[in-house]
Amino acid sequence: MRQIIAGSATAGVVISLCAYYAGMILKKKTGLALFNPLLLSVVFVIAFLSLFQIDYDSYLNSAEYLSYLLTPATVSLAIPLYKQLETLKKNVAAIAAGIGAGVLTSLSSVLLMSRAFRLSHEEYVTLLPKSITTAIGMGVSEELGGCVTITVAVIIVTGILGNMTAEFLCRICRLRSVVSRGLAIGAASHAIGTAKAMEMGEEEGAMSSLAIVMSGLCTVIGATVFAGFY
Amino acid sequence: MEYLKQFTIILAVTCVGEIMKMVIPLPIPGSIYGLVLMLGLLISGKLRIERVEKAAKFLVEIMPVMFIPAAVGLMSSWDRLQPILLPVSVITVVSTVLVMAVTGRVTDFMIVRKKRGDKK
Repeated sequence: MRQIIAGSATAGVVISLCAYYAGMILKKKTGLALFNPLLLSVVFVIAFLSLFQIDYDSYLNSAEYLSYLLTPATVSLAIPLYKQLETLKKNVAAIAAGIGAGVLTSLSSVLLMSRAFRLSHEEYVTLLPKSITTAIGMGVSEELGGCVTITVAVIIVTGILGNMTAEFLCRICRLRSVVSRGLAIGAASHAIGTAKAMEMGEEEGAMSSLAIVMSGLCTVIGATVFAGFY
Repeated sequence: MEYLKQFTIILAVTCVGEIMKMVIPLPIPGSIYGLVLMLGLLISGKLRIERVEKAAKFLVEIMPVMFIPAAVGLMSSWDRLQPILLPVSVITVVSTVLVMAVTGRVTDFMIVRKKRGDKK
């Protein structure tokens, strides 16, 4: 089994897609937010690999073709953003304030809790870029001397968490405007959250994409400053 | 052929974004340069939206599955994560919820305030 997976150029993709499909069916059948297709597919794939004792690298060998599409897909987020340009122009001040507040909340909450848990400086800077898109977060973590593998893991968990809780949180925070819903999701849970925002509506999706870019760039500067605080 | 043309344009812009990343010494990934570049091309009118819209829509729609391989990577970082699992989990959950709530509330507040201001 292991040789088949390692030698095949498609096995990893097929396993991932089937797992996602199974996740979607389960979500549809149960209607539970906890049964998030992305979360379920990750659990299924890990279970499958452990069951057949296949190591991650053999799986990644072919599954990485899925990740390959991530860069052009991120570039494609410019299209919904362009379509919502008017909304963006109309709400520039609100958007700037929201993103600024979001980035500060992210950095200071990590700072305060890292202190409370007495984490080391290395662990602290590893967590600082947790709410931004993986590629920027990796760069920030590396620059500040964090552990990049853990940063990536935490960023992905953050994204899945945001993807799962977005609808519920928007409701209990009574976010009425599509702009604030989209920004909130993107600022907290980057591209994985944005996937959910896109499902909620194109306007939410566009605002969420905007939040990825803005909060990502603000965090590059903010994290460098915050790294000196602890 | 239309999809192929659209996909080619998107990949070309992505490629230029990657080259920008190599040239500019900042921790900003090529995808972000590409996104900004694509937006610039659309705003300036150099690229009409119909020429990329379909392929872009498809890519954005299937985006969630692209995260599966990286997320499965949790498997291999598990050993390093395990000793600090509790603090990391608490920090992740609390800060994600806080950021979403604060960003949303602040933006909502500003929008409502502006609407009131416009009415006056």
